[in-house]
Amino acid sequence: MTAIDSPIPRTRWWRHLLTPAALGLLVILFWVVTALTVQFWPLDPPLEMVARRLQPPSAEHWLGTDALGRDVLSRTLHGAQYSIPIAVLVVAVAAIGGGLLGALAGYLGGWVSALVMRLVDITLAFPPILLAMAVAASLGPGLENAAIAMVIVWWPIYARLVRAQVLEVREREHVEAAVASGAGPTRVLLVHVLPLCGTPVLVNASMDFGQVVLLAASLSFIGLGASPPTPEWGAMVSDGAKHFYHWWVAFGPGAAIFIVVLGFNFVGDGLRDLLDPRTD
Amino acid sequence: MTRYVLRRLLAMPLLLLGVATLAFLLGNLVKGDPLSSILNERQMNNPALVEAAKAKWGLDEPIPERYLTYIGNLLQGDLGVSFRTKRPVMRDLMERLPATLELVVSAMLVGCLFGVALGVVAAHWRNGPADHGARLFALIGSSLPVFWSGLIALFVFSVELSWLPGPGRIDASLPPPQSITGFYTIDSLITGDWPALRSALLHLLMPSVILGWTVLGVISRMVRANMLDVLQQDYITTARAKGAAVLRVLLRHALRNALVPTITIIGFAFAYLITGAVLTETVFSWPGIGSYAVAAARALDHPAIIGVTILGAVAFLLANLAADIAYVFANPRISLT
Repeated sequence: MTAIDSPIPRTRWWRHLLTPAALGLLVILFWVVTALTVQFWPLDPPLEMVARRLQPPSAEHWLGTDALGRDVLSRTLHGAQYSIPIAVLVVAVAAIGGGLLGALAGYLGGWVSALVMRLVDITLAFPPILLAMAVAASLGPGLENAAIAMVIVWWPIYARLVRAQVLEVREREHVEAAVASGAGPTRVLLVHVLPLCGTPVLVNASMDFGQVVLLAASLSFIGLGASPPTPEWGAMVSDGAKHFYHWWVAFGPGAAIFIVVLGFNFVGDGLRDLLDPRTD
Repeated sequence: MTRYVLRRLLAMPLLLLGVATLAFLLGNLVKGDPLSSILNERQMNNPALVEAAKAKWGLDEPIPERYLTYIGNLLQGDLGVSFRTKRPVMRDLMERLPATLELVVSAMLVGCLFGVALGVVAAHWRNGPADHGARLFALIGSSLPVFWSGLIALFVFSVELSWLPGPGRIDASLPPPQSITGFYTIDSLITGDWPALRSALLHLLMPSVILGWTVLGVISRMVRANMLDVLQQDYITTARAKGAAVLRVLLRHALRNALVPTITIIGFAFAYLITGAVLTETVFSWPGIGSYAVAAARALDHPAIIGVTILGAVAFLLANLAADIAYVFANPRISLT
């Protein structure tokens, strides 16, 4: 992470932004706009029309219709209303909550640090999906509970990241100066230390969005997230698996997951290139 | 070096206790009545039945007592009895473990082989079309939801083209090979059961490629970065100056050293594979631990969920420990204290 301090040549910076990363940003932008505005689009309302059930893709229904005669494309676009906000919410809560715990651990040290870091170790000892499944099953199925489960899976990464940052920033001279001029511990932490820990958190967060979208859809696919009438992508793929020979029922929502995650991964990959001198 | 390994080993029991405690809490501080996972609605209305079920499943004891019983049983390798299958969870898991291991190991092979190959190609033609192509291929793999790509692959290769068999570990018409290791491929090889071997390999192909593709990216990225490091070093220039063939320099001189730091990523890749295995097994009706976990979660079968979670954490911890130790031994210059 020392690379952040090193100056980055301008030309290289642009070249990276103009390639896959920019494409990824465009894709993300498209889905964010869709999530915000889809309710106003002149789309086929996702209503049940038994007369046209399980129709293959056609000029009228580009991605076909599902077992209840609902237009798959329309439902897929509506799905953005669930996946995108959940990813943002989960990453934000995990980053802020985990980050604050990590900051406290790094700044206070002693038993606080020991307690938080043991919790981090224990949480990170679980394979993410199994822990998320256990939490979601314990809280009961539902999209909110799946989101809580994912926050529980994700916070330790940020706690560890911010703690390491705080340990390093704490030793810098400007902090010493602040302490010497009489700033209290809260002020030192909030004003002089934490603002300098933001960049790695943001970078990490931007790389995590795709993973959160994937895990959320996975939990719904398993049956621990959104329940059937909700046009959530994972739940829709799960529904499509039941109509295996009518492949188009699962195709649309699955492709949406893939495209969103690929978009986030393109951006994450570009960021990593920018920040890691070793890859280029 | 030895001290580091020892310290990691000594930390394990405490970590495992923490893992078991957290898993127990998740399984027992359940919202809603766990009895509703065991009894149906009519039975729930019968107080006598409810009391009997509570006593039978130990749900009438207070949580601290249940916890002590659970940890005590766990130390003897007893994970309790599944609500769903009504069999000991440990027995269920041990029966299904070989299927999962076979899938994960072959997916790891796919991921490592292609990941290393792509990493070498990308480093050699760095910033060229091959490099970008390799990167795109790897990124696609880590972005694909396996529960979807598995479905699509099954539809295309099994239904439409009939090139590969459908879900499961082996043709339904074939008797599974005599169980020695539990790996169908190895067992059929040992017993010389060629039709079973053929069928098992064909069944294994699609899920392991789908699953292996997801970890290919982390491996190829690591190999590429390490190859670039190594290729800049003087001994590579020397080898080239002495007239060693391109392929020889790449594979014999550079790759050998580039692989050492790559070992650490194996533990990380393993985490990916477990995640993917849960979903891949579900799609391919693979009778392993992943599909067991999903069935347990769907039925809110708490003892089974805790059991799988603990087993997964143990496997995960051991894989990371093994990767760390292998790294230390493979590179004596590194001293982790």
